[in-house]
Amino acid sequence: MDTIRGLASNNAAVIFTKSSCFMCHSVKALFYELGASPAIHELDQYANGREMEYALRRLGCNPSVPAVFIGGKYVGSSKDIISLHVDGSLKEKLIEARAIWL
Amino acid sequence: MASASPRTDTSADGDIDDKTPAFHDNQGMVVSNPSERSRDQKTLRRLAQNREAARKSRLRKKAYVQQLESSRMQLTQLEQDLQRARQQGKYISSTGDQSQSLSGNGALAFDAEYARWLEDHTRRANELRGAVNAHAGDAELRIIIDGLLTHYDDIYRIKAEAAKADVFHILSGMWKTPAERCFLWLGGFRSSELLKLLMVKLEPLTEHQMIAITNLQQSAQQAEDALSQGMEALQQSLADTLAGSLAQSNSAGNVASYMGQMAMAMGKLGTLENFICQADNLRKQTFQQLHRILTTRQSARAVIAINDYFSRLRALSSLWLARPRE
Repeated sequence: MDTIRGLASNNAAVIFTKSSCFMCHSVKALFYELGASPAIHELDQYANGREMEYALRRLGCNPSVPAVFIGGKYVGSSKDIISLHVDGSLKEKLIEARAIWL
Repeated sequence: MASASPRTDTSADGDIDDKTPAFHDNQGMVVSNPSERSRDQKTLRRLAQNREAARKSRLRKKAYVQQLESSRMQLTQLEQDLQRARQQGKYISSTGDQSQSLSGNGALAFDAEYARWLEDHTRRANELRGAVNAHAGDAELRIIIDGLLTHYDDIYRIKAEAAKADVFHILSGMWKTPAERCFLWLGGFRSSELLKLLMVKLEPLTEHQMIAITNLQQSAQQAEDALSQGMEALQQSLADTLAGSLAQSNSAGNVASYMGQMAMAMGKLGTLENFICQADNLRKQTFQQLHRILTTRQSARAVIAINDYFSRLRALSSLWLARPRE
C-alpha cells in the first residue's frame, strides 16, 4: 500500500496497469486524448507487483487494473472513469489537479 | 402335367403303352377334355397373374430399397454438415454434447429474452407517445420516462449475463436485425451517433442545453474511441499470439509451446466480456446524463425519437429480408 500511495502522489494523474490488460490500454488512450500525461506504472515491472495488486483491490478496485489516481486520490477503475467522463467530472478533476489545462 | 387321357386306357391294344402320353395339340400343350381344358386355362391364367404379381412385387421392393439407400446417403451428408457446423461454433443443440447445447441454449435463451424486452420496450414507448399526444402533464410523463430508463437497465443486466456465457454471440450482433447490425459497435449502438441525431430532433434547445449536449456527444465519442483502441490492441495481440504458434513445425516440444500459446490466446479472449460491459456502461451513462440535461417534455420526445429511429431500422431489415431475388 505504501508503494501505491507513494507512486500515486508523485504525479497529478497516475494509472496502475498490467501488460496483459487491454482495458488499461483504453483508459490510457482516453487520458492522452484529454491532453493529460499520466504516469503509468505496470505492476509486472515491480518486484512487489502482487502486493501492490492486493492493495489496489483493498481500495475497492475491481478488477485491480486499471486503477486511476488523480491528485494523489484514488478515483476508480474503468467503469468509474467512463461514468466520470460522461458527466464531465473527469475533466474537472484533471484540471483541479493540474493534470491538464484549459 | 398331362393328365391321363381316357383314350389311352384301352388295354386291348397290345402295342399301346400305358404310359402313352396324352394327346398334344399343335403347340405342344397338353390338352384334356373341354371341362378339364377350361380348368387348365383358369390355372394358367392364375399362374400368369401370379408371375406378374411377383414381378411387380420385386420391382416395388427394388424401388423401396433404392429409396432407403438414398435416404441413408442424405443422412450421412447431414451428419457431416452438422459436424462441420458444430466445429465452426454454430449453435446446434445435440443430445450427446452437454457443454455445447448449454452454449447453444444460452444464445437462444438470450435472443428470446431480448425479443421479450423489445416487445415490452415498444409497448412503453407507445404508452409515452399516447401520453404526449393526449397532452399529459409533466408528472405523468416523468413516471413513464423513469420507467423506461429503468427498463433499459434490465437489458444491460441481461446482456452482461449472456456475455458471461457467450461473449461472441453478443459481439456478433446476431440477436439484432441486419440493418441494426450494420451500425454495430461493441455489441450495441453508438451513443455519440444517437446524440447527433437527437440534437436535430430536439430543437429548440437552450444555449446551455446545446453546449451540454455537444459536450456529452464529444465525451461519448472520446470514450468510444478509447474503448475501440483497447479492442484493437486486444485483436493485434491475439493475432500476434496465433502467428507465433504458426512458426512452429510439427514436433513434440513445439506442441507444448502451441498449447501454451493457445492458453495465452484463451486468456486474452477472456477480456472481451469486460469491453462489452464497459460499452454498455457508456450507453447507460450517456442516456442518464442526457435526461439530466433535458426537460421532461424534451426527454419524452427524445425517447420517442430514438424508438422511432430503431423501429425504422428494424422495418428496413424486414423489407430487405423479404426483397424479391433473381
